[in-house]
Amino acid sequence: MQLAVPVAALVTFGIHLLLSKKAPPLETHSYMLLFWEILAVSIVLAIAQSFWTALRRKMRHLWPIFTAGILLIGVWDVITLGFHLLPLPYFPGPAAVLRSLISDRALLLDSTWHSLVLLLSGYTLGVVVGLVSGVCIGWSSSVRYWGMPLLKVVGPIPATAWIPLAMVVAPSAIVSAAGLVALAVWFPVTMLTASGISNTRASYLDVARTLGAGRAYLIFRVAIPAAVPNIFIGLFMGLGASFLTLVVAESIGVKSGLGWYVSWAQGWAEYGKVFAALIIMAGFFSTLMTLLFKVRDRVLVWQKGIIKW
Amino acid sequence: MVALAESEPSSLRVQQVSKSFPAPDDPLTRRQALNNISLSIAPGELVSLVGPSGCGKSTLLRLIAGLDLPDSGELLVGSDQINEPSAARGLVFQDPNLFPWLTVRRNIEAGLVARGVLREKRNEVDDFMRLVGLEAFADAYPHHLSGGMAQRVALARALINHPKVLLLDEPLGALDAFTRMRMQDEVLRLWENRRTTMLLVTHDIDEAIYMSDRIMIMTQRPGRIDRTITNALARPRDRSSSEFLRLRADILELLHFAGGSISSFE
Repeated sequence: MQLAVPVAALVTFGIHLLLSKKAPPLETHSYMLLFWEILAVSIVLAIAQSFWTALRRKMRHLWPIFTAGILLIGVWDVITLGFHLLPLPYFPGPAAVLRSLISDRALLLDSTWHSLVLLLSGYTLGVVVGLVSGVCIGWSSSVRYWGMPLLKVVGPIPATAWIPLAMVVAPSAIVSAAGLVALAVWFPVTMLTASGISNTRASYLDVARTLGAGRAYLIFRVAIPAAVPNIFIGLFMGLGASFLTLVVAESIGVKSGLGWYVSWAQGWAEYGKVFAALIIMAGFFSTLMTLLFKVRDRVLVWQKGIIKW
Repeated sequence: MVALAESEPSSLRVQQVSKSFPAPDDPLTRRQALNNISLSIAPGELVSLVGPSGCGKSTLLRLIAGLDLPDSGELLVGSDQINEPSAARGLVFQDPNLFPWLTVRRNIEAGLVARGVLREKRNEVDDFMRLVGLEAFADAYPHHLSGGMAQRVALARALINHPKVLLLDEPLGALDAFTRMRMQDEVLRLWENRRTTMLLVTHDIDEAIYMSDRIMIMTQRPGRIDRTITNALARPRDRSSSEFLRLRADILELLHFAGGSISSFE
């Protein structure tokens, strides 16, 4: 059981050795290094867990999925390098992708950094504006009367559909991309915040008023906390929308970032790099999602036990 | 122990108050909920209001709390007219309505925060937690509490503002029989050492007899006070004494004639 990962690593690398007669040696070399590392780390962990119970519990949970992941790389190798079931150059094998990942690491890192800056600035702007407009629409019926139709008509337009207009209006491609990301985030955050606020249980507001609460208390200490579960749904939806918008905006106007990198590599038919960028994106976006989940678990700790997590 | 009433308990007067609401099925007609109702409660008195469901007890309580305004008539606490909610009139509902996102301590503090006096009065929070016996649960969230505990938090949350009048809207209605009896003693204890004026709306005739100085009986639609019974039984009261049972029979009789069906009582 504890040796599943090292065994899987050996199997997968064995597959590669069998198949790699034709692959360039440089690829095989870095691929081999990777598997040596996996092998070494997993064996050390397997030994360590025999006297470290906390680690054992963690490993028992993660081992199956790691094993499956490593074997899946082997399957990929068989399909691409082994039997050429997928057309080249569009579907390189794992070793070629790893090679691209390593050789182009400087540019990939730089692209990731640019994407991160753009994403965070757009997301933050969208969230801040979305929270403010959501609270106003949710709280005040006159703001709702004027704001809701606008929200309902303009909101559902995909942010990417604004690209032609944004490129004309904004002073630079970066600003227009950040604005589009913000727009994509703004809609779900506003919608969910507004519905959360207007669904605040009237009895909470009644209780607060009999405790001497003024309007500021009712909004900031009753309605907003009551709306936070909803707000987080908006934040998650907004984060998903922001990834989409970011990648599209980068591949069209902006000359940096992962979205740009993918379309640039595609232009040179370097599909190893395309896959390398996809792997980075997967790690990058899922890390941000995980962070948001962690924030939610922190903020909504009071819900633990009320709802199924 | 908590400092005794910081503000003196007040009298409460309701003078010829009427209130109607739009009918739920037809918004153009209005349905009379309260018709020309008057009552008066002396400072420090504990009065119960009993009556069939839908007779307007809760409407009356909301008017006194200031959450709704009457169509006509006047409501006074001491000599001040009631026209908006105030920390001087605490309200406890059947559902404790604790803020689920706040711990027990923060729920009890809520009134101090709302009035902007937390800094000066923070030391009282512990007193009130002790008063209702929940020190051990200070950092628990409301959903970890039993019904009785949650209602004790709701009481402490209302009492920390030292209200001149405490309004209780079937506060023990959702509790099981044992917890309810224990909580009745608890509320009585709070009342006895603070002497806050209390108006208790209840479904439970035994509860009304056990707790209150006077019992007002309301009739149904539109709500009016039909009869007031002075309850002179000595405290602490014995729920099975013959006087207690006689009073109970009298009230049931009255309620029957007042148009409430007995079946609507627990």
